Amino acid sequence: MTKRTLSEKLAILSDAAKYDASCASSGGQRRGSRDGSGLGSSGGAGICHAYAPDGRCISLLKILMTNFCIYDCAYCVNRVSSRVERARFSVDEVVRLTIEFYRRNYIEGLFLSSGIIRSPDDTMADMVRIARTLRQQENFRGYIHLKTIPDAAPELIDEAGRWADRLSINVEMPTEAGLTRLAPEKSATGIRKAMAEVRVRREASRERSHTGKRKARFAPAGQSTQVIVGADAADDRAILTQSSTLYANYQLSRVYYSAFSPIPDASKNLPLIRPPLLREHRLYQADWLLRFYGFEVGEIAQKGMLDLEVDPKLAWALEHRAAFPVDVNRAPKEMLLRVPGFGTKTVARILAARRHGAVRYEGLAAMGAVMKNAKAFIVAPGWSPRGMTDDAALKTRFAPPPEQLSLL
Amino acid sequence: MHQVVLPVIGTVAAWRAEARRLAAGGVPPEAVSWRVGQAEADLFATQPPATGTPRQINLSRVAIKGLESALCHRDPERFARAYALVLRLSQGSLRWGDRADPAMRKVMLQAKAVHRDIHKMHAFVRFREVESTDPRRAFAAWFEPEHPIVEAATPFFANRFGDMDWVIATPAVTARFIAGQLSFSETESTQRPPADDTEDLWRTYYASIFNPARLMVKAMQSEMPKKYWHNLPEADLIPNLIRTAEARAAKMEAARPTDPPARRAAVARAMAMPEKTEAAPGTMEDLRRQAQGCTRCPLHGSATQIVFGEGPHDADLMIVGEQPGDREDLTGRPFVGPAGEVFDTEARAAGLEREQIYITNAVKHFKFSVRGKRRIHQRPNADEVQSCRWWLTRERALVRPKLIIAMGATACQTLTGSGAGLLRRRGTVEAAEDGMPVFITVHPSYILRLPDPAQQTAERVAFRDDLETAGHILQTLCQSAAQTNA
Repeated sequence: MTKRTLSEKLAILSDAAKYDASCASSGGQRRGSRDGSGLGSSGGAGICHAYAPDGRCISLLKILMTNFCIYDCAYCVNRVSSRVERARFSVDEVVRLTIEFYRRNYIEGLFLSSGIIRSPDDTMADMVRIARTLRQQENFRGYIHLKTIPDAAPELIDEAGRWADRLSINVEMPTEAGLTRLAPEKSATGIRKAMAEVRVRREASRERSHTGKRKARFAPAGQSTQVIVGADAADDRAILTQSSTLYANYQLSRVYYSAFSPIPDASKNLPLIRPPLLREHRLYQADWLLRFYGFEVGEIAQKGMLDLEVDPKLAWALEHRAAFPVDVNRAPKEMLLRVPGFGTKTVARILAARRHGAVRYEGLAAMGAVMKNAKAFIVAPGWSPRGMTDDAALKTRFAPPPEQLSLL
Repeated sequence: MHQVVLPVIGTVAAWRAEARRLAAGGVPPEAVSWRVGQAEADLFATQPPATGTPRQINLSRVAIKGLESALCHRDPERFARAYALVLRLSQGSLRWGDRADPAMRKVMLQAKAVHRDIHKMHAFVRFREVESTDPRRAFAAWFEPEHPIVEAATPFFANRFGDMDWVIATPAVTARFIAGQLSFSETESTQRPPADDTEDLWRTYYASIFNPARLMVKAMQSEMPKKYWHNLPEADLIPNLIRTAEARAAKMEAARPTDPPARRAAVARAMAMPEKTEAAPGTMEDLRRQAQGCTRCPLHGSATQIVFGEGPHDADLMIVGEQPGDREDLTGRPFVGPAGEVFDTEARAAGLEREQIYITNAVKHFKFSVRGKRRIHQRPNADEVQSCRWWLTRERALVRPKLIIAMGATACQTLTGSGAGLLRRRGTVEAAEDGMPVFITVHPSYILRLPDPAQQTAERVAFRDDLETAGHILQTLCQSAAQTNA
């Protein structure tokens, strides 16, 4: 085989990495290099340095160390039975790309993943070596996200967490049965155990020793995971139930939902579909409702699938008209959060303004409320929805005209 | 009218000093006009009319931050608006953050626009390497912000690129970071730095990371508006990526699945090799391995892992608890959480060595309900206890302890057939179905749940006494067993 150039390898190994949705670079440890002793900074809000025409942000250099893989996961472009071109980066090549991209302000850092080669331990050891070289040799203080390989040795996970800001491991499928069918070599228990291990280590790293000394930070930006949507028959309720369990079990920072998207050289076991992008979008909305709006899975995904026509919060409000209209000046925070068109910031502003006098209807738009969605569900001085709240045709005000659905 | 001319560099600081001076002199907002530029010879150097009340300006930190951001907006009216606002704020006739007030709302919106512009500058500045005689590498960039934000936005780059020299030139102001010193000057040359080689790698990356099957041009443009494109090296790839996307996606969908390459078979053969350490059937290791895949009840669905028993396989004493808790579920070991700590402390005080005890639970998966980000312990129901008894029976058959301590109602139920009246039965020995002696006591988590600290202390003592009694009973049992053998 002829030796590939760096550019060819980069094309192959970033193409292979693009099905991972995560690109977060926020949170974690505050670091800087103002004193000139290193390169990079991190902490606080993440930055998206570019956007691809698929609407996804490019924040990190997202690449695989290698796309050789001994696993045969039906949904994956890099599975052993696929005929895609294969390549492998050396440690130095990854380090050089990261540093040179970073110096030109193209990226916030590195998101390194890999196919499984030889054994989980060998793969993880190589990834850890890249992170160590960046941190120790190059004094790199930008963001590093490492994918942890299930069943890798605890010492390797431990070292990975010391160099990386975030660790992640993908649960891939909403159900254990789906995982067994489509990713025969992966084990749901193995994945959960790895997440549990990261949580335990993160918590241990925050404790002070008896002398008051802090331990070394472990994955300060937390851990995340990804679920593929639409590759198996699991419904939204199953997906969201799994997410809420994962958030509670392992204190995840994020669960990413990735619509199963066509890949080159697809598997015979898994026919390609148009990626269910709108479904993916609704799942993200529902995920936010679970985490920041006090909703339970049973409330928003009662019917199994989320409504594609309207967002899940609006769908809930339409189903529970008895709880509305809500008096903006009297309702408790929990209820304001359930008003369609009110976000967490709007609610915080309403609560702050209420302390100084009545909030009028005309002032709500300035506080960030989306009045088109909110007005049927609230009362405030200057406004009463009258019969609008209980109007049988209320949903048609929000649902898109039917012809748009044919695109999806 | 009194005119204030603010410098191009250091505009905000100059406004701040001037606003304080004017307010202290009691100058009303309508008597001042503001602009940025070169101060002309004292043409309008009139003394400002002091018709208002002199004021000392005291603002909250949030207000100062918000105002300073809004002052980086390109709106020429911003200085006058901010001065009027500052006076009203210090009078107490306006509250910072009151969006019902039009002027306040405008300031907040402008501050937001400035934040966005700063954020986009942090995102879209593209450095190119230029020659350097110094060991520090040197980079340069050309950027066109929407608002005069260079001074507010560039300390970020100084913090990030501390080990290199860099220049960011914009149409009005140029920021320089040379040998660790950040400085600003008015821009003299509008020349862009020449392209460097790494840009091609970046363009390769940009084109490869794009997934043609999920084209969403609007989502891209709302975050990366076209006005920034002409300074982004990757932007000229966009039209072609969009044009070919649909055909590329259609090609993927239309392609027939191919046969796996030869490598597939080789890898499959290698992976099918039998595992080296196969435990002998009928041993504890084998039982433990079997249990890993247990799906006898629905609890395995949300728990992390099975928490199997732990301890010597020929222990004289076996302890059976209820079920693993949060910590146990995460670590895979029994009695390592808060209740485990109580048990360890009291067992040691009662003269029992944990290393010599086989410790396990009646139910081996954690049962819980989710409340937000927390897991709330739930008691296992009769079916779950019944299904899990299968494992306990096998553990008992392998360890063959002389005495079992059942802690709590669930353990009692699974071992003696009834969990009722626990507090009445504690401290006594009953017989399991197969006649094995079972000593009954409470579960240590019961002690932790008591709200009253005094009661907790009392219960801990009672629990320790129970364990001590059990220790004596075990000794007697061991002695009589030794006599029978002799």
